[in-house]
Amino acid sequence: MNLKRVYAIFVRQFYLIRDNPTRIFQMLIWGTVDIILWGFTSQYLTTIAGPGPNFALVFLGAVLVWDFMSRTMQGITTSFLEDSWSRNFLNLFASPLSISEYLGGLVLISISKSVIGFAILLLVAGAIFGFSILAYGFSVLSFLFILFLSGIALGMLGVSMMFRFGPIAEWFIWPLPALISPFVGVLYPLSTLPGWMQSVGKILPPSYVFDGLRSIVAGGEFQATSFAMGVGLAIFYIIIAYIVFVMAYRRAVRTGIIVRYSAESLS
Amino acid sequence: MNREPVLQVKGLRKSYKNTVAVDDVSFEVQPNEIVGLLGPNGAGKTTIISMILSVLKPTAGTIQIGGKDIFKNREEALSQANFAAVYAQLPGNLTVAQNLYAFGLIYGVENLKQHIDKLIEEFNLERFRDIKCGTLSSGEQTRAALAKAMVNSPRLLLLDEPTASLDPSTAQIIRHKMKEYARNGKGGVLWTSHNMHEVAEVCDRILFLSHGKILLEGNPKTMPQEYGKKDLEELFITVAREPLSLDA
Repeated sequence: MNLKRVYAIFVRQFYLIRDNPTRIFQMLIWGTVDIILWGFTSQYLTTIAGPGPNFALVFLGAVLVWDFMSRTMQGITTSFLEDSWSRNFLNLFASPLSISEYLGGLVLISISKSVIGFAILLLVAGAIFGFSILAYGFSVLSFLFILFLSGIALGMLGVSMMFRFGPIAEWFIWPLPALISPFVGVLYPLSTLPGWMQSVGKILPPSYVFDGLRSIVAGGEFQATSFAMGVGLAIFYIIIAYIVFVMAYRRAVRTGIIVRYSAESLS
Repeated sequence: MNREPVLQVKGLRKSYKNTVAVDDVSFEVQPNEIVGLLGPNGAGKTTIISMILSVLKPTAGTIQIGGKDIFKNREEALSQANFAAVYAQLPGNLTVAQNLYAFGLIYGVENLKQHIDKLIEEFNLERFRDIKCGTLSSGEQTRAALAKAMVNSPRLLLLDEPTASLDPSTAQIIRHKMKEYARNGKGGVLWTSHNMHEVAEVCDRILFLSHGKILLEGNPKTMPQEYGKKDLEELFITVAREPLSLDA
């Protein structure tokens, strides 16, 4: 892997974000809306429930870390979309750039965007609601790691869909996090769900994160087995997503999709 | 001096289900040579260029750039090539300088910043250096795309209708630059155009494509007479409309 080429993909996206305030606004606005919505919901629930569970940790914290995963995924998909919107694939893939270097660049920009975005959202949540992520203890970093890997896998899967089905598939990518959120128990334990939904949830790595966070809030210990399970599953999905992307790329080279990528659908 | 062909295409074929887009095409481009790839719309020119750029997999045949197979040694082969095409402008959401910087990194260019300054001057882009490519006129965008095509001083330069959106004066300057590049450097150029006067002016050799096959090959200055035609344009029209009449 040539790191200069990885940096080239990163720096292109960096210029785009730096030079256009709407991209920075987009990075923060939805997370901020979620914080305000769930922050006040948590405050209200605390008022009516009286002394007992810390709703800010149960809801606001969960929404924040879920937003971190969505942001990581979108860090990859929106960067890919920038290349799609500006019809840049021919310039990129007719160069010595390899698939792993391209994806490496997207992951690098995703790390930067999600970490900066998350830090700002934490500050907002702290300033408005007095929320601190460290209330979960330092083990929260382990959970963020699982969500980060999950976001990468989901992002790679999303861009594979776009490579396979063309720009029209963009409309399937945006709701991907929302589609899986009911199965991973962001706001409720998996046991709340019907059996078949629990089975789906058990093969999705974020389920182990929210399970672990709830356990800590309830005064339990950090569950190393859950963490290992979450990391293992997330790595497995990254490998699968990479293979799917490579297959979509090879198909694109076989059929000539890259040359005529602006077509709405490529079936 | 290395006289190995900069581009070697052998038995190239591309078929889609029942359609054959390119059929057993073989040719070479030598160093310092400009080869014209001509043919009517749908003859297979862009399909051949896409295969050379490795964005389209051939059904059969091999392609080597500077002696490196583009599918077995993709990185080494494509590091020696670059292209400009009317259908592949630079991303409109970055400035000229930003685009050249990103592509310079991709192509592993040494002393990149100085090289970008030189290219910007060479292609008369000083005024547009910090302007987003999407806001440039089509002629200015083409000059920016040509600057990107030269960013790695490629051994093989692929130009798909490079002067299509340029005014006659700028087109002449670009033709002159490309000729100078081919004559004085170590690179070769594969050039497609529908402007027969341009082809006659810049190309050392031309390949006429019809229905995915090379029908004729020769010197653009002498070919029209050899086939009893007034000029290259008349020969082109015959290739496009009555290719069988040339067999005799």
